[in-house]
Amino acid sequence: MQEPVTVDRETANRELLDFVFAWPKWFFATTGLLGAVITLGLIIFLLLMIFGLQLFGYAHPVYWGFPVVNFVFWIGVSHAGIMVSAILRLAQAEWRRPVTRAAEVLTIFSLMTAMTFPIIHSGRPWRTLYWEFPYDWMRGIWPNPRSPLVWDPAAIFTYLTSTVMFVYIALLPDLALARDRVKNPIGKAVYGVLSLGFRGTTRQWRIQAIAGILLSALILPIFVSVHSIVSWDFAVTIIPGWHNTVFAPYFVIGAVHSGVSAVVTVMIVMRYAFGLKNFITKDHIDSLARLLIIVATVWLFFFMLDFMFGLYGTEPAEVDTWQRRLMEPPWTAIAIIFIITGYIIPVGLWLFRRVRRNFFLMFVTTVLVNIGMWLERYMIVIPGLERKSNLTFQYGDYLPSAAEFGIIAAQLALVIAGFLVFSKLLPIMPAADIKEGQILRDEIKVGRARVPATMREA
Amino acid sequence: MSARDSDRKRELLGLYNEPDDAADAVSRLRGVGFGGNDIEIISATPYPEGAFGEQHAKHRLFAFPFAGAACGLAVAIAWHIGAQIALPIVTGGKPIVAVPAIIQVLYEGTMLGAVLFTVLGVLFESRLPDGIGVYDDRIADGLIGVSVMARERRIPDAQIALEEAGAVDVLSKDGSLMRPAAASP
Repeated sequence: MQEPVTVDRETANRELLDFVFAWPKWFFATTGLLGAVITLGLIIFLLLMIFGLQLFGYAHPVYWGFPVVNFVFWIGVSHAGIMVSAILRLAQAEWRRPVTRAAEVLTIFSLMTAMTFPIIHSGRPWRTLYWEFPYDWMRGIWPNPRSPLVWDPAAIFTYLTSTVMFVYIALLPDLALARDRVKNPIGKAVYGVLSLGFRGTTRQWRIQAIAGILLSALILPIFVSVHSIVSWDFAVTIIPGWHNTVFAPYFVIGAVHSGVSAVVTVMIVMRYAFGLKNFITKDHIDSLARLLIIVATVWLFFFMLDFMFGLYGTEPAEVDTWQRRLMEPPWTAIAIIFIITGYIIPVGLWLFRRVRRNFFLMFVTTVLVNIGMWLERYMIVIPGLERKSNLTFQYGDYLPSAAEFGIIAAQLALVIAGFLVFSKLLPIMPAADIKEGQILRDEIKVGRARVPATMREA
Repeated sequence: MSARDSDRKRELLGLYNEPDDAADAVSRLRGVGFGGNDIEIISATPYPEGAFGEQHAKHRLFAFPFAGAACGLAVAIAWHIGAQIALPIVTGGKPIVAVPAIIQVLYEGTMLGAVLFTVLGVLFESRLPDGIGVYDDRIADGLIGVSVMARERRIPDAQIALEEAGAVDVLSKDGSLMRPAAASP
């Protein structure tokens, strides 16, 4: 790192907890706006329960639309947190310190949002409960526990539980810090209970360090399994364009591309909104951008594999699906936008150091990546279903309705609001971790240069 | 003071500005006969293990994920096979318990068990939840605490050792400041 974090402990405590204890005006305005959008989503949801799926633009044979696309997208975004946090912890990368918490919190809220989409997608939410607990046994109709759709809730529940536990364990020292700093007696009591009496003994710090590595090692295989299972929702069907063995790694790496980009976007927003200029530096964004170049290129490789496997078998249905995806309107335009925004513009720009160290350009390019990645999921889900088969007598194009766009806006607002409320209640950066980095940081002289030297726990 | 009172242990906390002073306090406490289990370092920041000359913390955290994984797998098998047998689905001659279809769920159950047990292990090995003991909010601002459990009759020895190492303050169990040992009658 060329630009290490250098603030004293008092300043670090103050700046990292500042947003927790302060009430800036923009917080109320933003949460109010987000609350309005979420309310709109709830109204649409209520209408959906009354009028059913006719509110959405489904047309036979397409019955998987925006809710499924968004489900895949938000599951993808959720992968960033754990990927960034766990891998960097395992690798003991020094620059991870300000990044991990925000990434983990993004995981929690995007995962919780993703979980709402299967409920919306079902159209009759109470039926979702029936799949798990078949209550109307008098009719003798049973859900199939062997269905691949059972894998999803199992994987997502495991991932969400693990992530929440992971974040909570890592939060203990910061909860204790908040307990010590807060003046309000109610706040002191709440933080006191949540911190479980953590006071920073040598033993507790030792266990914290090991827990971070151990839980990272356990969560990484879960993270890979979750998006693999999401991809198998598609790949185990016989729909052309979906039935593909490369889907699992393709989805996982796509999720990482999308998710790490989202982490960069969030970090840049945090830097300015929460006044964290001392902690989120150009070096952090630069490092993540370099990581993204590799991830994006691997993702492109898997996209090409998917394309090649589709064409190489000369299976007519597969070839037709790719023909539709790439050569027929409006899919041609969507494909061009997706590849330009998902890869060509961002990676082309990230090759330049000046861009990687420019917060504005990094913000724009990472938002572009997620636009591209959303379109990619849209392109995977819809064209395969739109194909006529021998028994398709009724046929119509899927055109997303205003209600679906409303749901998307509400879910985006839900993720942002969740993140914002978390940041208001708890430190969004691991204060103890950052201060540890400062203790361990020293400089050594090599020839005429002074370079940072970091001592690491064995 | 009765013999019972003099056998009761009490916690003292010395607060230090510098890690070197805290390390010195640990050495002095050892010098007057306090064992490693009686001495605890408290800080708002993790320092490298052994920085204060304290004992290495022994733990069995690595055993928890394995135990959890075994329990998670057992519960997942019971849950899933139970569900398949409980729901009278017509399978058309195919097996009621289809292994390929449950591998994913078994995997998730195993991993969930491993994570949950690890978290329990972290709390257990960190001795949490626990009462806060002797503590001072200034530790959050960077002071380093050296806590020592001493029998009533050894309190003066502990206090002198903590003060001689340059303690900013020495606190007793109820959080009150100890009078300097030299000024005590």
